[in-house]
Amino acid sequence: MAVLNEEQSMLRDAAKSWTQEKSPVTAFRKMRDSGVEIGYDVNAWNEMAEMGWAGVIIPEEYGGSAFGYLSMGLILEELGRTLTASPLIASGVGAASALVLGGSDAQKSEWLPKIADGSVVGALAVDEGPHHAPEKVALAATKSGAGYSLSGTKTFVIEGLAANLLVVSARTSGKPGDKDGITLFLVPADAKGVSRKRLALADSRGAANITFDKVEVGADAMLGAADKGWDVLEKTLDRVRAALAAEMLGAANQAFETTLDYLKVRVQFGQVIGSFQALQHRAAKMFTDLELARSAVEAALQAIDADSPDVPELVSLSKAKMGDVFHLVSNEMVQMHGGIGMTDAHDAGFYLKRARAAEAAFGSQSYHRDRYARINGY
Amino acid sequence: MADFGGGDPEAFRKEVREWVEANFPAELKGRPNPMMREERAKPTEAQEAWRKAVGSKGWGTPTWPKAYGGGGLGAAEARIIQQEFGRAGAYNPIGGMGVMMFGPTLLEYGTEDQKLEHIPPICRGDVQWCQGFSEPGAGSDLAALQTRAEDKGDHFLINGQKIWTSGAQFADWCFCLVRTDTSKKHEGISFVLFTMHQPGVEVRPIKLIAGSSPFCETFFTDARAEKKNLVGPLNGGWTIAKRLLQHERGGLSGAGGGGGMGGRSLVDLAREYVGVDAQGRIADPDLRTRVVQHEIEGRSFQQTAVRAMLESKGNSGPSAATSIMKNAGTSWMQMRHELTLEIMGHQGLGWEGDAFKPEELGAVRGWLGGKAFTIYGGSQEVQSNIISKRILGLPDLTQHN
Repeated sequence: MAVLNEEQSMLRDAAKSWTQEKSPVTAFRKMRDSGVEIGYDVNAWNEMAEMGWAGVIIPEEYGGSAFGYLSMGLILEELGRTLTASPLIASGVGAASALVLGGSDAQKSEWLPKIADGSVVGALAVDEGPHHAPEKVALAATKSGAGYSLSGTKTFVIEGLAANLLVVSARTSGKPGDKDGITLFLVPADAKGVSRKRLALADSRGAANITFDKVEVGADAMLGAADKGWDVLEKTLDRVRAALAAEMLGAANQAFETTLDYLKVRVQFGQVIGSFQALQHRAAKMFTDLELARSAVEAALQAIDADSPDVPELVSLSKAKMGDVFHLVSNEMVQMHGGIGMTDAHDAGFYLKRARAAEAAFGSQSYHRDRYARINGY
Repeated sequence: MADFGGGDPEAFRKEVREWVEANFPAELKGRPNPMMREERAKPTEAQEAWRKAVGSKGWGTPTWPKAYGGGGLGAAEARIIQQEFGRAGAYNPIGGMGVMMFGPTLLEYGTEDQKLEHIPPICRGDVQWCQGFSEPGAGSDLAALQTRAEDKGDHFLINGQKIWTSGAQFADWCFCLVRTDTSKKHEGISFVLFTMHQPGVEVRPIKLIAGSSPFCETFFTDARAEKKNLVGPLNGGWTIAKRLLQHERGGLSGAGGGGGMGGRSLVDLAREYVGVDAQGRIADPDLRTRVVQHEIEGRSFQQTAVRAMLESKGNSGPSAATSIMKNAGTSWMQMRHELTLEIMGHQGLGWEGDAFKPEELGAVRGWLGGKAFTIYGGSQEVQSNIISKRILGLPDLTQHN
C-alpha cells in the first residue's frame, strides 16, 4: 500500500467501513437477483454520492474535493473487494475527467457540479465493436445548421443505460482508425434520436448499446476542438483504465483472501488442504503477483496525479499486469474451492465473471501490451 | 541519521561531484567493477587507489555508522553518491559479502569489540568475507548442518565441510554456521568467525555448467575460531543466520541495485538479431509479446522495490512486499537470460572462439550461471514455503524455518 496522507487514510477507512457495513457481496447478489436493469443499486449510489465520492477528482470550484486519482483508487479498491456495482468509474472518473480535461468553463459549470453530487450520471460512449479500439470511430458527426448531427452506434457503453449524459467520440473527418478527425460531444441521453438497448453481461453490471439516429446537437455540445478530440479522449481513457485497475486490485485481493481462508478450513485426507504444498506454492505465487500488481496500479495513479509524461505507459503497464493477475486469481479461486466454487450460491463465480468483464473493458491485456510496446518504440 | 542533517541536498551533490572528479582515476571510467568478476586478476594501481579513496571516505558503505568506518549518511545522501558515481562512470569498489550480508548483520548482533574489529576493514575494502552456510547434506534444509565446533576453552576447533562457498578462494575471513550441540537442530547452531588464512582450511573451486568456478568446496580440519569471534550466544546462531539470509535475499533479488543486470535491453537485441517490421515493431510477433510481458514484469518489480522502500520508511510498518522480492526478481532475471538466448538464436549458443562477440559468449554463460538464482540463497520452493507460512499463515508440515 502506497504511503498515504491523512485525508487519503480517512477516505480509505470510510470506504472500507461503508462497503463492509452497507455493501458486502450479499448486496451485489441482491442487486443481481433483483434484475435491476441499470446494473446497480440507486440507493447505494446516492449514499456514495452523499459521501462526496463522485467528486473526488473534480475541482473544488465545481463542487468536488480535488483529492485526486490515487484517492479515487483507494475508494475503488474497497468497492472492488465487495464487487460493489456503481457508476463511479463511468461518471466520477470517465465523464468527469473528460470535462475537467477538455471542457469549456460553461460546460464544466453546467455538468461537473451535478456529476459531483451524483444527480447526473455520465458515461463514455467510445467503442463500436466487441474489442476496445478507441481510434476506430465510424459514428459520424456532420455539420447541421449551427451544430452537428450524429449518426452511428456505440457498443458496450459501461453504465450506458443509467447515464443521463453521454461523452461521445464521433468522426468529423478522416476514416476509422485515424486519430485525427475524432471529435468529442456531450449528448444528453434523452436527446431525440438516441436509443439504448440494455446488454445483460455475465458480470451483471450495467452496459448498453446506444444508437444515434440523426441526433442534433448545438455547437456548444462539442467538447474541445473539432477533429482534435483524440488527446482528451486518450487522457480520459487512461484515467478510466487506471481507476478500473484499482477496482480490479481490490476484487483480486478479496478473491485471494477468500480463497486463502478456505484453504485454512477445508479438510480432506484428514488435514486442511492449505497444508498441501501444491496449493501453498500456488498461493505464494498469487500473493507475489498481487504485490507486483499493486505497485503497478499505485504507480499509474500517482503518475496521473503528478501529471507525469509517463502516464500512458504506466497505465498500460498496470492494466495489463492487473488483468493477468485478476485472471489468474479468479481462476484459482474457483479451482481451489472445488465443487462449491462452481455453485451460484458461492461468491467465486461473481469474481470470475467480474474479472473477465473488467479485463475486456477499456483494453484487454493484449491491447495494453501492444500499446506499451508501441509507446516504447517497438 | 537525518538526511543532509537538515542541510542542502544540492550542496552535498556538489561536494560528491567535486570529490569524484578529484579522486576517480580517468582510466577506470566506464570499466566494470573488478568485484563483479569471477576470475579475479591482481588489482591495478588505479583500482587500488580508487578503492582506498572510497574506503577511507566511508562512501562505499555510506549509511553505516561513522564510528565503524562507514559514511554515517542518510539514504537520500547514499542515493546521491550512487547517482554521482554513475554519472562519472565510476563503480563502487567496496562490496562483496562483507558489505551485502555480514556487515549489516554484525552491526545488529555483534558486540562493540566485534564491530570495531571487523566492520572498518569491510568499509575500507581491505578484507573479503565468505559465507560458510551450505553443506553437502544441508542445502534447502540448512539447519541440518553437521560441521562441528568443539569447545577448547579460549577457542573452538572446527571440523567438517561446507559447499557452495562463493568466493572462498579469494576470501580472507569466513562467517560460518557450526554445530555446537548435537542434541538439538536449530538450537544447536552457533555463528562464528575465523580467518581463512590458516592451515586447517582447504578450498577447492567447483566447476559449474557455465564453465566457471564461482563457488568452492571448503574443508575444515581442526580449523580454529577464537571465542571472542562467537557472534551472539552459544547455540543462538540460527536467529542471526535467518537475519543474514534476509540481507542476502534482498541483495539477490536485485532490489538493492535495481535490476541486477547491465547490458543492452532485450528490445535493442531483438532489433539487431530479429529485425523489425515496417511499423518498427519486433518482427516476430510471438517474441514481441513475450518481450513486452517481461518488460512489464520488470517494471512492476522495480515499482515494488520502490514501494517497499517507501513503505518501510513510512508509517505503515514493515512492508509485506519484501517477502516476494527474491522469487520475483530471480525468476525475472532467469527469463531475461532465456529471452536473450532466444533472440540471439544460434549466435547466442557459442561456447568460445572468435566467431562470437563477447556479448554473445556472455549470453550463454549468463543463461547457464543464472540457473543458480532460484537455487541459492533459499530456493524458489523454500521461498514459497516461507511466504506460505509466514505471510499467508498456512500450516507448516515440513518443520523447517
